[in-house]
Amino acid sequence: MSVDATLSFEEAMEKYDPVLGIEVHVELNTKTKMFSSAPNVFGDEPNTNVNEVDLGMPGVLPVVNKTAVESSIKIGLALNCKIAESCRFARKNYFYPDTPKNFQTSQYDEPIAYDGYLDIELEDGTVFRVEIERAHMEEDAGKLTHMGGAAGRIQGADYSLVDYNRSGVPLVEIVTKPIEGAGSRAPELAKAYVAAVREIVKNLGVSDAKMERGNVRCDANVSLRPHGRERFGIRSETKNVNSLRAVEHAVRYEIQRHAAVLDSGEPVIQETRHWHEDTRSTTSGRPKSDADDYRYFPEPDLVPVVASREWVEELRATLPEPPAERRKRLKEAWGYSDLEFRDVVNAGVMDSIEETISAGASADVARKWWMGEIVGRAKVADVDPSELGVTPQVIVELNKLVEDGKINNKMATQVLDGVLAGEGTPEEIVEKRGLAVVSDDGPLLEAIDAALAAQPDVAEKIRGGKVQAIGAIVGGVMKATRGQADAGRVRELILQKLGVEG
Amino acid sequence: MAAINRDDVAHLARLAHIEMSADELDRMAVELAVIVDSVKSVSEAAGEDVPATSHPIPLTNVFREDVVGHTFTAEQALSGAPDAYENRFKVPAILDED
Repeated sequence: MSVDATLSFEEAMEKYDPVLGIEVHVELNTKTKMFSSAPNVFGDEPNTNVNEVDLGMPGVLPVVNKTAVESSIKIGLALNCKIAESCRFARKNYFYPDTPKNFQTSQYDEPIAYDGYLDIELEDGTVFRVEIERAHMEEDAGKLTHMGGAAGRIQGADYSLVDYNRSGVPLVEIVTKPIEGAGSRAPELAKAYVAAVREIVKNLGVSDAKMERGNVRCDANVSLRPHGRERFGIRSETKNVNSLRAVEHAVRYEIQRHAAVLDSGEPVIQETRHWHEDTRSTTSGRPKSDADDYRYFPEPDLVPVVASREWVEELRATLPEPPAERRKRLKEAWGYSDLEFRDVVNAGVMDSIEETISAGASADVARKWWMGEIVGRAKVADVDPSELGVTPQVIVELNKLVEDGKINNKMATQVLDGVLAGEGTPEEIVEKRGLAVVSDDGPLLEAIDAALAAQPDVAEKIRGGKVQAIGAIVGGVMKATRGQADAGRVRELILQKLGVEG
Repeated sequence: MAAINRDDVAHLARLAHIEMSADELDRMAVELAVIVDSVKSVSEAAGEDVPATSHPIPLTNVFREDVVGHTFTAEQALSGAPDAYENRFKVPAILDED
């Protein structure tokens, strides 16, 4: 595969002005599908969550899921959109085995929500308004697995296997207006925007919002124009950008690639690009052509959806606290400083900390573990902290082991490593790795006797009431037990032994 | 003048994956032109005050509660499949798109 030329990001920014357009697909977490009563469940055995509607059998009648419509309206409201008084579904016709009907039921000229905006706060506090063109309802397609050929890629595949469990899962597609004026912050803004949408739909409770499961998926449109020119350049649409980091990387890469194409005097080709996480680059998909003539027409099997103003206001009244307000409230509740809280937000662990606190940890303990241990490990592993594999329960258990004196802080980090290595629960790892602090008094007493005998003058001082001298003896015991003793217990035993009140 | 010509028919046939001979394209262009003209005369009968409609009956909001209903087993789902493998539909590799 030939490697595309790129300019450095800095040079690209000197010469050109980027314009973005972002499409985010959100899978709703309704119990059933958009148009059929089959279950909407991830990860089940192939082709078991389907019925005749999902398989596109002749003569079937789709019926709209009321909850999915309500979720879509909630998303529209949370994105500051207008909600259409009346809207229709349309058929988007295309031939591909991911849809057995040969069309996707979607919305075309009448989206349920339109004309909204989101104010996006960048890491340094700059606020950038992203205008929303529309949010429309549609259905997801089946999942194809390409077999044979190279590593599951479609190029060179011998055949494909299709699982229609995902077929018909309710989707809301959110489309921005062209995003202009972001300049060199375009990659960061793209990431922050997708993060904000994800946060909103999760907060609304309408989607599980797990990007690793494809609940939130992003297509990034990028074009460049010379500074000062109003007309947009030719865009590419990069698909398969399915993590927050990938959104930033893909936009950055495409800006650099477009800049090199334009510098060479060639026009950018309007085409679909595929993002590859492994090489952090895109490859050409298919050029836009008349095959993109989807021959949309109104879906004759579904009647219009009319959203009365009463219904819309009822739904508006159920909306939860917006994430930005929530952040403000959590910061106060947790008592973090501005800097601490900003670090937590920027590290992407606010939700994890909230979950950890609701699982029973204190705000300080939760922050200590996430910021002190997990974020760093995630960086090394090159994944988002929440995807590292540490659950709130693990932290609560680890902290309890420390508080109960079973392990000390140093051992706790080793136990965390064990959890990440898949060795089991914290308790099991303490057992397996033999990490427990020595709490059996027998070995401790022996070590104390030895330490007292080695430093008789210190022992005398303590007997004489100079309790602060005890550190030397405790230190000797800790050394003898290779740090596996509970220092507090050692202190107690020494005082007992010497008959001195602590 | 007919609103549809032979090239339009060839384009639509390609989009719809219908193979048509040169004779068929010629004939269909004429026949579809008649249909399009007929529809046009219906359009002329409707004034500006008549909104476009996709349904003859003024029904709205036909909804279903979000309650799980019946499903097929994988065997049932695949019973009409030309080919299957490991409970999935087996289809030829299509290089057109992802």
